[in-house]
Amino acid sequence: MSIYQDLILDHYRNPRNQKPVIAPTHQAVAHNPTCGDKLGMELRIEDNIIREIGFIGSGCAISQASASLLTEHTKGMLVEEALALDPEKTLQLLGVTLSPARLKCALLSLETLKKALHQHKNPPENLSTSQLPKK
Amino acid sequence: MELPDTFKKYFPFFGHNPHIIYLDSAATTLKPSSVIKSEQEYLERLSSNVGRGLYPLAETTTSVFEDARSTIAHFIGAKNEEIIFTAGTTDSINMAARLIEPLLSEKHTIITTELEHHSNFLPWKELARRTEARCIISPITSEGMIDTEALAHLAAACPAIIAFTAVSNVTGAINPVADIIKCVRTRCPGAIILVDAAQAIGHMPIDAKAWDADFIAFSGHKIFAPTGIGILYGRKALLESLSPCRFGGGMVLDAVADMPEYKNAPERFEAGTPNIGGGIALAAAIRFVESIGFAAIRNHEQRLTAYALHELKSALGAAIRIIGPDSIDQRGNIISFEIDGIHPHDIAHLLGENGICVRAGEHCAAPLHRALGLTATTRLSFSIYNTEEDIDQLVRRLKEIRKILT
Ligand SMILES: Cc1ncc(COP(=O)(O)O)c(C=O)c1O
Repeated sequence: MSIYQDLILDHYRNPRNQKPVIAPTHQAVAHNPTCGDKLGMELRIEDNIIREIGFIGSGCAISQASASLLTEHTKGMLVEEALALDPEKTLQLLGVTLSPARLKCALLSLETLKKALHQHKNPPENLSTSQLPKK
Repeated sequence: MELPDTFKKYFPFFGHNPHIIYLDSAATTLKPSSVIKSEQEYLERLSSNVGRGLYPLAETTTSVFEDARSTIAHFIGAKNEEIIFTAGTTDSINMAARLIEPLLSEKHTIITTELEHHSNFLPWKELARRTEARCIISPITSEGMIDTEALAHLAAACPAIIAFTAVSNVTGAINPVADIIKCVRTRCPGAIILVDAAQAIGHMPIDAKAWDADFIAFSGHKIFAPTGIGILYGRKALLESLSPCRFGGGMVLDAVADMPEYKNAPERFEAGTPNIGGGIALAAAIRFVESIGFAAIRNHEQRLTAYALHELKSALGAAIRIIGPDSIDQRGNIISFEIDGIHPHDIAHLLGENGICVRAGEHCAAPLHRALGLTATTRLSFSIYNTEEDIDQLVRRLKEIRKILT
């Protein structure tokens, strides 16, 4: 069975939350060395709740769909809940079984999210253009 | 000349995988029966070690192995004692870097290029770090070839080492190796020049003397031989002046002395039991190539490359960006490309679901991708077992993939 199922194709063609966040409190960029893809993520966390989350960057269908699904899933979550997310949950959101080579694509969004949750921005500001993945 | 379609019959792979379209020969080639048989014969009949036993069987193995060395030496216009068995190109280049290390200090410069595979890039960066020498990266042209003028300019400052590739594993560009070396030598006669021949060895005749290189590195598995065997060619006079960098059995004359005394090249550089079956199989692979002939191989690969370039451009038009030289004469068997708005990982994955094997990513050539402003590319690479039909299927599927993903 192809991994390019409707859910993934939908999130790839119409990504949710693919935009910078206004006044982000947390942000990070992560990198997939096998394809050179970069993914940026920004969050606004208030009262320990993820109020806003967005991602920036282009990549393969799997990494884009995964970022879309993961950001959709985490919006409104408690920080502790988001920190507890694991690869298994991310793959569950995608709904397909992936080969080891594609796992890196699927899990880049989770890696970026975890990194961002640990990178508090004070004062709030967006990712600088030099950090931004090329679109 | 044999009909190209008949080349497939030499490769048992297709018996096991009749529906696979293998377009990844730059990563590793498939293996013909004669090569498989030669390694199997060693394992089954000889199996003994080289250079040590005095019983007849061990002597036979030694002589078969040394015959393999002669076949390889002859193949690249070298002397037997200039052929060092290694595990592959990467191993060869790392070894060359270690061999040269004692000659370097912070006063020296090492030049490599933007075109290189990481295995002809990182060993030099690391060597520079260890010795505090300077490492300079020579630029490439927009067509993804070595910029000979720029390299010549850098060579005027007399670097200790210049390392570059004969054929790019991404752009497919065939660099004019002999001309580059000649040009460099007039400016800096003393430089040690290493040529990475990984992507050249199976596709064009190599003459070490005509190239005038000091070191040449290649892998068996890029020329129809198994993995785990490779060659470091070293010019005789240079090898004689270098100390070994690996120590162990088979390379020493007097191990007990305070200052151990080592054998001559190539033994002094081959500590430990070599990949005997691999070396024998590499010689078989060379005989296989010689039986077909480079003229026929080049002819076949060039025809496929030209056909693929034409078909890709006419099917995908402005949506495809093909990397590398425009002229088919400057291209080997490799085509890398980008398709607008589709990530190479998706292309390779979706092709793979249809049994079409291509490579996607940076192909261990991050500096090159940066230099050409690319994130990642999809790469096709042809060999004698490919046909126009393979390319037709590929192009048909690429058109479908565009529909799925856009
Ligand atoms: C140009 C070039 N150099 C070096 C290498 C490394 O070869 P190996 O992995 O066999 O050591 C490759 C293999 O892809 C290559 O294409």
